[in-house]
Amino acid sequence: MIAYSDRKIALWHIGVAYTAFLIGTLMGVLQVFVRNDSLELPAWLDYYQVLTAHGVLLALIYTTFFIFAFFITGMSKSLGSFGPKVRLFSWIGLWVTLLGTVIATVLIIIGEASVLYTFYAPMQANGFYYVGLALVIVGTWISSFALVGHYLGWRRRNKGQLSPLFAFMTITTIVMWIIACLGVVATVLFQYIPWAFGWTDTINVELSRSLFWYFGHPLVYFWLLPAYIAWYTIVPKLLGVKVFSDSLARLAFVLFILFSIPVGFHHQLTEPGISNFWKFLQVVLTFMVIVPSLMTAFSMFATFEIAGRKKGGTGLFGWFKKLPWKDVRFTSIFIAMVFFIPGGAGGIINASFQLNEVVHNTLWIVGHFHITVGTPVAMTFMGLTFWLIPYLTGRRFTKRMQILGFIQIITWSIGMLLMSTAQHVLGLLGAPRRTAYSGYNDHPAAMEWFEGIVSNHLTMAIGGTILFLSAMILMYIVIMTMFVSPKAETPEQMVEFPLAESDMSNTPKWLENWWIWIGIAAVLIIVAYAIPISQMIQHAPPGSKGFITW
Amino acid sequence: MDNKQSDHDDVNLKGTLVSVFIVGIIIVAMWVAVYMMYVAR
Amino acid sequence: MHLHKYEKIWLSFGIVSLIVFLSVVGVSAFSQDHTPSGGMETIDPEKVNETAPFDNPGVTQLDEDTYQVAIVALAFGYTAPDLRVPAGKEIIFKVTSTDVVHSFTIDNTKVNMMVVPGRITTKSYTFEEPGKYLILCNEYCGTGHHMMYTEIEVY
Ligand code: HEM
Ligand SMILES: [Cu+2]
Ligand SMILES: [Cu+2]
Repeated sequence: MIAYSDRKIALWHIGVAYTAFLIGTLMGVLQVFVRNDSLELPAWLDYYQVLTAHGVLLALIYTTFFIFAFFITGMSKSLGSFGPKVRLFSWIGLWVTLLGTVIATVLIIIGEASVLYTFYAPMQANGFYYVGLALVIVGTWISSFALVGHYLGWRRRNKGQLSPLFAFMTITTIVMWIIACLGVVATVLFQYIPWAFGWTDTINVELSRSLFWYFGHPLVYFWLLPAYIAWYTIVPKLLGVKVFSDSLARLAFVLFILFSIPVGFHHQLTEPGISNFWKFLQVVLTFMVIVPSLMTAFSMFATFEIAGRKKGGTGLFGWFKKLPWKDVRFTSIFIAMVFFIPGGAGGIINASFQLNEVVHNTLWIVGHFHITVGTPVAMTFMGLTFWLIPYLTGRRFTKRMQILGFIQIITWSIGMLLMSTAQHVLGLLGAPRRTAYSGYNDHPAAMEWFEGIVSNHLTMAIGGTILFLSAMILMYIVIMTMFVSPKAETPEQMVEFPLAESDMSNTPKWLENWWIWIGIAAVLIIVAYAIPISQMIQHAPPGSKGFITW
Repeated sequence: MDNKQSDHDDVNLKGTLVSVFIVGIIIVAMWVAVYMMYVAR
Repeated sequence: MHLHKYEKIWLSFGIVSLIVFLSVVGVSAFSQDHTPSGGMETIDPEKVNETAPFDNPGVTQLDEDTYQVAIVALAFGYTAPDLRVPAGKEIIFKVTSTDVVHSFTIDNTKVNMMVVPGRITTKSYTFEEPGKYLILCNEYCGTGHHMMYTEIEVY
């Protein structure tokens, strides 16, 4: 078991994460009922206020805090207990991030920031909303530097050695995150904050959007990579095998540093101010970042097949039956992976240049991110929660909790299948995202969208309700394993941190030479962004004043 | 580089090959479907 | 670093598929003019109503086979009187905003344009079928976002 003081930091992160999850999922279920006109919100609560809270609390806060809980535990486990400095900065990081979260949340609640989690200018929220978001980022940087410091300490003590796979992957994710945040920090610090506090009159809208999406795409990889870390390093242990290939796992991760950043224009394919050449160039780069995910798919199936064959599975698919289906830690993650197949395929479609016109800002996109971040990432985190909390609290993960865990992941899967399928189909038909109920004055075209077998007002609401119930079961499990479940007394009752062995004997050392990867990433970013961004600055139209349209 | 232990060339991964190709087919099928919708609009 | 034989097969298949996807969209976009909406023209967002073509929004016939439709998006509607265009002719949509970001999206067509203040978004489209098409805003723009719509008639 890792040091008590490290466990405490991780547990605080989990506590914040699930508080955000509780409020966020409550907002989610409100949304589905507003959208099908069976719920009218009270006058003091606006649909877009609810939606802002849902996006911020789930996509930004739940994910970030859970990710750091996982990183802190895993880094302490694989590199040894934190020293006093690392511990101090991890706490400071936590408090700064939390402070930012509270500020942003309060402004959403008092209705001064109904600008959604993407806060596109020139809608102008209260300046402190941007301050809150900036603090969230700065807080994650402090926590990140604490972990980097811990890692560098290990490197100094273990000269010439490759770091353990978990640490390597954590540092990769952090390197990518820090480079990615430069964009959002630049726009918030130099554009939004001066403008929202009235120090400047106008804002360069297209520039702010581009800097946001410079950050926005790697943001989704910041959610995904921790899930991949679990897939690569935890899942093999649950199956009783080693990591399929240490070197390929590391290679896949460094490819994410290179290609997850210079691709933000794929979120801006239908907007003016970026020429087709630069849009298409970033589309090509986006397609490069698919390759490490293809590698991951192979590694996962290979891990399953090797494990299943070891347990006596024969024939083409005999191994499949031998997988530990009764282990909720595994089954949850397996389902998460299955959801990622259509999720990833949908992502390829979204990024396919003009095909984006079919799906852009439709409900398809909402369906898409609920089967990427909302299930593959979130359900991987659920699968980790089942053992991470008991591991950190020293409590038992009782039989009852395991059964509840199964009910939870199965209901989540059913709910998400219903909700996201409905959203995908509705989106293809043309129904827009980010909208309260509207029939566009009962326009026949809009009425038609909702007349399908899955694409109707009911499916999404049923799915959303099941999802919410599932979320509440999860909250129960979280609270029980955090505060109530009996303490583990015998070694068998102790919950372990299932970290797989990884054979590093064939892994080339250059994979851990960060300067190579940071250097190439910088070159790619400059190639993809320098010219279009400088054009946006030099040929900028008169800027925009702020508008409060809610 | 010495690749003797970890190249896995000796292990049977036929099921993996078939599985990833199922994934590949899903990707291609979904892409083609939306492409056809695009063309039809 | 060594790849299993099957992994080589898989990655080759994957990479070839990606290249095919890219080539299909790339060729269709650049040689058949199927690029997504966009454009590099700028405009002063506070002087939209004095700036051509938005000083005279609506449909103008440019020549025998081409029409231009100029539209101003604003919270929460479109200034676009009398939107009637013929089927089978090229329609060039030009849209800008006087306030926040919006979209100009025509149901069941390829017209799905982001509208950014200070910029003019352009998209060329030819309707095949006559009828009344729903136009809506699918970029969040404020409390009335879901009420922001209009209609275009194709004859
Ligand atoms: C109880 C479970 C959930 C339900 C019922 C739910 C429902 C919804 C609905 C209906 C929307 C679309 C609203 C609209 O576009 O008008 C939405 C948006 C969104 N959801 Fe969820 N969701 C759930 C869980 C999650 C989770 C776990 C995540 C991520 C970790 C997530 C992330 C998002 C994001 C990022 C948006 C977009 C917000 C925006 O457009 O600004 N959701 N959700
Ligand atoms: Cu993206
Ligand atoms: Cu709108």
